[in-house]
Amino acid sequence: MAAKPDATASTFSLKTLKLKTKQQEILIRVTILCLVYILAFVTRLFSVLRYESMIHEFDPYFNYRTTLYLTEKGFYEFWNWFDSESWYPLGRIIGGTLYPGLMVTAALIYWILKFLRFAVHIREVCVLTAPFFASNTTIVAYFFGKELWDSGAGLVAAALIAICPGYISRSVAGSYDNEGVAIFALLLTFYLFVKAVNTGSLAWALASAFGYFYMVSAWGGYVFIINLIPLYVLVLLITGRYSMRLYVAYNCMYIVGMLLAMQIRFVGFQHVQSGEHMAAMGVFFLIQVFYFLVWVKHMINDTKLFQALLRIGVTSAVTVGAIALGLGTASGYISPWTGRFYSLLDPTYAKDHIPIIASVSEHQPTAWSSFMFDFHILLFLFPAGLYFCFKRLSDATIFIVMYGLTSMYFAGVMVRLILVATPAVCLISAIAVSATIKNLTQTLRGKPAQTLSAKGAGGTRGSSKQQASVDQSIPLLKNGASVLLLGAFYLLSRYAIHCTWVTSEAYSSPSIVLAARGAHGQRVIFDDYREAYFWLRQNTPSDAKIMSWWDYGYQITAMGNRTVIVDNNTWNNTHIATVGRAMSSYEDEAYEIMRSLDVDYVLVVFGGVTGYSSDDINKFLWMVRIGGGVFPVIKEPDYLVNGEYRVDKGAAPKMLNCLMYKLCYYRFGELTTEYGKPPGYDRARGVEIGNKDVKLEYLEEAFTTSNWIVRIYKVKPPTNRW
Amino acid sequence: MEFFVARSRLTLIFSLFFFLSLCFRSSSSLSSSPTDLKILTAERRIDLASHIIRVVLTLKVQNDGASPASDVLLAFPPAQAKHLALIHAAEVAGKKRKKTLHPLDVKTSSNAEGPNGAKLYSISLRNPLSTGGSVSLEVSYVLTQSLEPFPVEISQSEPQLVLYRDSALILSPYEIKQQTTVIRTPSTKVESFTRVEPSTHLRTELKYGPYEDQPAFSYTPIVVHFENNNPFAVVEELVREIEISHWGNLQVTEHYTLVHNGARHKGGFSRVEYQSRPTYSGVASFKSLLVKLPPRVHSVYYRDNIGNISTSHLRTGYSKSEMEIEPRYPLLGGWKATFVIGYGLPLEDVLFESADGKRYLNFSFGCPIAETLVNKITNKVVLPEGSKNPSVAVPFSVEQRAETSYSYLDIVGRPVVVLEKENVVPEHNSLFQVYYDFHPMFMLAEPLMLISVFFFLFVAALAYIHMDISIRK
Repeated sequence: MAAKPDATASTFSLKTLKLKTKQQEILIRVTILCLVYILAFVTRLFSVLRYESMIHEFDPYFNYRTTLYLTEKGFYEFWNWFDSESWYPLGRIIGGTLYPGLMVTAALIYWILKFLRFAVHIREVCVLTAPFFASNTTIVAYFFGKELWDSGAGLVAAALIAICPGYISRSVAGSYDNEGVAIFALLLTFYLFVKAVNTGSLAWALASAFGYFYMVSAWGGYVFIINLIPLYVLVLLITGRYSMRLYVAYNCMYIVGMLLAMQIRFVGFQHVQSGEHMAAMGVFFLIQVFYFLVWVKHMINDTKLFQALLRIGVTSAVTVGAIALGLGTASGYISPWTGRFYSLLDPTYAKDHIPIIASVSEHQPTAWSSFMFDFHILLFLFPAGLYFCFKRLSDATIFIVMYGLTSMYFAGVMVRLILVATPAVCLISAIAVSATIKNLTQTLRGKPAQTLSAKGAGGTRGSSKQQASVDQSIPLLKNGASVLLLGAFYLLSRYAIHCTWVTSEAYSSPSIVLAARGAHGQRVIFDDYREAYFWLRQNTPSDAKIMSWWDYGYQITAMGNRTVIVDNNTWNNTHIATVGRAMSSYEDEAYEIMRSLDVDYVLVVFGGVTGYSSDDINKFLWMVRIGGGVFPVIKEPDYLVNGEYRVDKGAAPKMLNCLMYKLCYYRFGELTTEYGKPPGYDRARGVEIGNKDVKLEYLEEAFTTSNWIVRIYKVKPPTNRW
Repeated sequence: MEFFVARSRLTLIFSLFFFLSLCFRSSSSLSSSPTDLKILTAERRIDLASHIIRVVLTLKVQNDGASPASDVLLAFPPAQAKHLALIHAAEVAGKKRKKTLHPLDVKTSSNAEGPNGAKLYSISLRNPLSTGGSVSLEVSYVLTQSLEPFPVEISQSEPQLVLYRDSALILSPYEIKQQTTVIRTPSTKVESFTRVEPSTHLRTELKYGPYEDQPAFSYTPIVVHFENNNPFAVVEELVREIEISHWGNLQVTEHYTLVHNGARHKGGFSRVEYQSRPTYSGVASFKSLLVKLPPRVHSVYYRDNIGNISTSHLRTGYSKSEMEIEPRYPLLGGWKATFVIGYGLPLEDVLFESADGKRYLNFSFGCPIAETLVNKITNKVVLPEGSKNPSVAVPFSVEQRAETSYSYLDIVGRPVVVLEKENVVPEHNSLFQVYYDFHPMFMLAEPLMLISVFFFLFVAALAYIHMDISIRK
């Protein structure tokens, strides 16, 4: 920008290079935004540097597999894909049971790059999709902050969200999951909606409908939007902030957004048929009533009459709505709330009713420490930001306050929903930081007169600390301000350090490759998962069916390319319970179940040699619970001794002879795992196992990885009867 | 085992009869050949140490005919001819210490078949052999896939036993005055071998002969059954992409499909035994392979289609680089692994300019893994965009094809020379050359493209800032 080509080159001088203050401001702002954009991308690359460019965790493997299918076979095939490789023998209609937004996005990026002749592999695109969208989110955060407060708050918000661990946890390179693009879509929808409410422009409302469509296509969390926005509209109605702008924004966004969302097969008619979406529809009708009443008020010009009319109108509208809802629910046209939705509103619901939801660690209620871990100073800045928002109340700040408060509640209910709260927390904190620093610097720079005028003009800005006796206290005030400013910078730098540390230490592990420190401090890599999956891929018949606990289903189909009985798309509880039952039965009973499911291989994850604690023995009680939930023959107390879960000599006899125990500890009794401990010492649980003489009758060991983390058994064919 | 020996004897006898009867019937057809050569002495050494069989045949040929002979014929039984990967012949001049070898041309003979489908190869002599004169020849050839595992399936704790079938007498279109055959086995463990007196077995050597005055096309089948635990590493398919970038790098990407081609693994795989008793358990399996890479190799990677394989060690040196790779899991009989090895090389090591201004790549042809057989190799040499008239010089026969590939920012695509060959052994690791014309201007195309894109981007940004495109005034 500085080297602007001058049309009149003859009169070129240094003065033409000098920028005006406004231009300088733009230059600095654009530079900061560019740096933040790059920072958001770069900080998410720790995992690639530490490990490699690979897909992480569990669900991303499914997304990767479907993306691969999409790029190879095209969209039509993808949309109509019936996958017979999972949920054997039921199969799964992939096209109708996923949110295609992520895959289509990655495939589009891939196709564009291919068109521009960039020879990249689809895996690299998938690995870098989440960081790329995180970068884009910072831009949206900037504009959102600008819309809420001012461009300074926008910049701070962009910087905060770029490195906030709550968001990074789900968007490091390789974590190719729906949330990676969904948070971008969520924030974009909110920003566009707020913009639409602020301007009353049909164009912005339409844009927000498209943002909503993208969100619906990307993540099931869109339900949050379709409930938060009506709630917001309702609050505006109640607080008397109804306006034409709101009417235009909401109606356009709701109707167009709903129609667009219906195009996603997985969502379908839920917008008009499911209980979770009824709030939006109710508010839609309510806002029509409001519009009608305002028109009537305009027509009759009589306050008393109008009051009466208002009372009757609103009451009857609410009554009609309630009756319609009751009728719809009773007749089964409107489906009741799902278990997941219930468990959001009532944290104890899942534990009592749906063990399969409760068994997932990321569905657990959040501990305080993880709030601190993920938000750090934002946790303190959040209330301060709320204070500033309330001080300068507008339609936009009401929105961000509501978004912040509701999402904070949900974040408390479920660990993974910290992600949804992160943008709100960052934006509100950014308002606090920006407003505070602005006040402090104004105090520092300001001559008394200016300070006074600033105070006079900016009643909304929180410069309330300055009292009447300005003239005397100026030096003191200045010192205090500089101290406070230093403190703010210290806090922010601590935040940056904390975020970098958390990202590099906690959130950049792919979880499929385990790393540990060896005796001499060198890095030891346990690559057992891929060893086993690749063995399955290469050395088993291509139609082999693998039975494992559902956690590993996606990985087996994606990396092992083999058919699985159950996977992470836990749509059929009975099927999962059957596997849980097989794992917790005696070998001969399990053999019957496995024969009936055509199982060829059984895969278990075992950490006894390496001390890897999230293995199948530690997950086993959930298998018993889920299995027992459907098949009452499996009873949890049979596996416990005095309510205690153990695998050593004192374990329950059923535990010592169930299939899972046998498969994990087969021939483990011969192995010395730790010096000075007896053979068969389980390092994950720190005990010597109780049944060292495990004999298998119907299965044989087919493969065990080098650190014993994955063990694969072959189900023997039935013996000849003669 | 008893049953097997009996059966194999039976087949031996049958095949012997079969061969002999055919020999007599068709020997008349070859007697019409004009040359009357005779082999005075023949010595054959067969090395069965690995799964690639190397044979050295030393012949002393005499011309008893009336006219000078320019060709000497070699005969191979059809089963061997099918697995013949490579054949070299040389004329030996001088005695013992001062021995020098002059390589000779070997090609399939014009009268393609001898009796019983025996394949004939002809060696062109340097100077025609005059009447009464004699010449010493040394023929070396490599046979692949000629060791047949028996038993076909073994469990983890068993060693791998294989059968080798050949003839005690050297198959030759000429009469042989005196001949011996020495077979070297990898260990002293020989289960059984066919006795054709005089034959002896001493430690790792089986000696057949000397046999005197055998007529042409004599054939006495023998079977050697012995233990061979060396890795039967076979690359079923190897695709090498060799990409030349005139910016100073040669990028090689090699896609392997590796299989353990020995006796198939049967039953379960016990990790505890494999770990604690490595000398007894899984002796026929292999864990690691040695890859010999060129010196000054850089950015080496070893991965497969689910990610990086972390078990490899690279040692780079001034004369050679070696990489020890371990597949993700030990390969037992019949187990497969696919992987990719990639590396970069400084261009000045492999790309040269010839006298007539052409550039040429000088690079090795075969598979860099030691002692590995490749069933099918495809070398794809990707020339830089804009290069023309590619031509190839390979020291042996290959199938050749042309393709076009697209990589970063290509518009017209890069010409690709595809060279395919089947049955490739480590002896094929010789250099081959690809010549092509290239104008250095093409190097600037892509940077210029990028520069112009950014230039227009900035111009557009400038224009946007200085223009007011809003319709509201």
